[in-house]
Amino acid sequence: MTRDLRGLRRALLHLVLAVIAALYLSPLLYMFVTSFKTREAAQSTTPRWIPDPVTTDAYREILSSPDSPVLTWFLNSLLAATGHAVLVLVTAAPAAYALARLRFRLRTPIFSMIVATLFVPPVVLLIPNFLIVNQLAWVDSLPAVIVPAAAGAFGVFFLRQFFLTLPGELEEAAELDGCNRWQIFVSVALPLSKPALATLFLLSFLANWNDFLWPLYVLLSPEALTLPAGLGNFQSANNIRYDLLMAGAVIASVPVLLLYAVAQRWVIEGISRSGLKG
Amino acid sequence: MSVTTAPGAVRHAAPARTARRMRWWTPYAFLAPYLALFTVFMVVPIGFGFWTSLHEWDINLPAKPFVGLGNYADLFDPGSVDGSRFWMAMRATGIFTVASVPILIVLPLAVALLMNGRFKGRNVYRAVYFAPYVLGVAVVGLLWRYLLDGNIGLVNHYLGLEVQWTTDVPPAWIALVGVTVWWTLGLNSVIFLAGLQDIPRELHEAAMVDGAGPWRRFRAVTLPGLRPVMVFVVNATILASANMFGQSYLITAGAPADQTKTAIYLIAETGLRQFDMGTASAMSFILAAFLMVASALVFGAFRDRRKP
Repeated sequence: MTRDLRGLRRALLHLVLAVIAALYLSPLLYMFVTSFKTREAAQSTTPRWIPDPVTTDAYREILSSPDSPVLTWFLNSLLAATGHAVLVLVTAAPAAYALARLRFRLRTPIFSMIVATLFVPPVVLLIPNFLIVNQLAWVDSLPAVIVPAAAGAFGVFFLRQFFLTLPGELEEAAELDGCNRWQIFVSVALPLSKPALATLFLLSFLANWNDFLWPLYVLLSPEALTLPAGLGNFQSANNIRYDLLMAGAVIASVPVLLLYAVAQRWVIEGISRSGLKG
Repeated sequence: MSVTTAPGAVRHAAPARTARRMRWWTPYAFLAPYLALFTVFMVVPIGFGFWTSLHEWDINLPAKPFVGLGNYADLFDPGSVDGSRFWMAMRATGIFTVASVPILIVLPLAVALLMNGRFKGRNVYRAVYFAPYVLGVAVVGLLWRYLLDGNIGLVNHYLGLEVQWTTDVPPAWIALVGVTVWWTLGLNSVIFLAGLQDIPRELHEAAMVDGAGPWRRFRAVTLPGLRPVMVFVVNATILASANMFGQSYLITAGAPADQTKTAIYLIAETGLRQFDMGTASAMSFILAAFLMVASALVFGAFRDRRKP
């Protein structure tokens, strides 16, 4: 009796979860399907889940149009997201190490000041950061979308939490061997922190890849845009060419989904844990 | 900055022995690259933004006259053009936040409770629900702009409706909230799920021994155990909803008649398209004040009452 009940509950659980999963997969599938439709078929009032005829016209048109250099946007996004993630690691890791493992006079005040900025709503940074980026002559170029966001406190927090958990014995042994702090950081702390560094790299990469508002306003010329900003502008200009829009959306999705398929565990664990220990 | 910090304040944590061989400037060298970024793009802009809000500031004009609190006074005058626009956008942000946050807490919590156990396919479900968050708002917005199209969209087709989701209110609000739930359900779910797994099993078992039913256990064990996670999620969700931009930009473009144009959307348009940066900065500080009050209320509401 109870075994039947348990089986029934399990079946119900799977039913509910599968229905939700269908609500997630079917829109994505329809996006993919539509990108292979003709212009007319994409505008049809009766939805078809199998394109007839199957065509790559939408991809050809969006890739060849000078208004929508999707491959350039793709390359820009890739460069920006990689550059941003590298910059976050290179600046946050030593800073976090110092705050977690070194003793110095200003440690508490510096850390408190970084903490305090977590309570500042980022909207107040929008206008002044545009003016600063403009002063640096970075408007309409990739440094504008790579550098300013690396000032955020998240990476330092995230790595500091991790460095705090490292055992001190290895560092002490390295010190007895005559290593200085920098050598200890590079040859002891960093190798032990590979999972945390990889997670932070992924999270920073994704955050930058997906950023929308800032690149939309700080990048202007078509060949300078990142994918989200490019698609956003393209949508305003072609809001009924759904075949093109879906083809663009697929091009923007595939690399992230591939990355996600490989690193799904790390991404989810990193995100779900990052909020808990602040 | 003061150099005479009380030495006791920094004594804990780091191993004492290692401090000996370090030159005094070594930690600052470690910190320097990050602090340079932090200063230029975080500390300076906060002050500079407020300074800007006290001026009539157009990036293209050489003269930037000081107007004191004039921009703020203008925004608090409901009869002014800027003021009426701004409060309409604040209203849109308020409507969206109030409508979306409860759903973005309750549904992900329910999904997390369903997934809190060991069963086959659990990680697959989790990965699927989380996928749209990875795709980002641009892809999600484009996709749903298509699915919600009033004439040819799948949503109307399968629901048998003829609703103009992208150009009518209140349907546009339902669309914007719905898309946001679809987009970020997985995010809040995995955070709740991690929190649920941190609650010791013994607590549940003890409550069961005491004869507590599922609902009692949820109230007496699960919710209190989730408190720190809940504070974080509620706060982060309020901030995210109050900063909603992409959905509105891509799906409704603020329609109808700017009724779904959110505050941050208006701030970006005012400051970075029309280059009225003084007014836009003043708007951002008023919005920030609201957000800080909201955060304070959340922390107050979830204060641990068992502590003195």
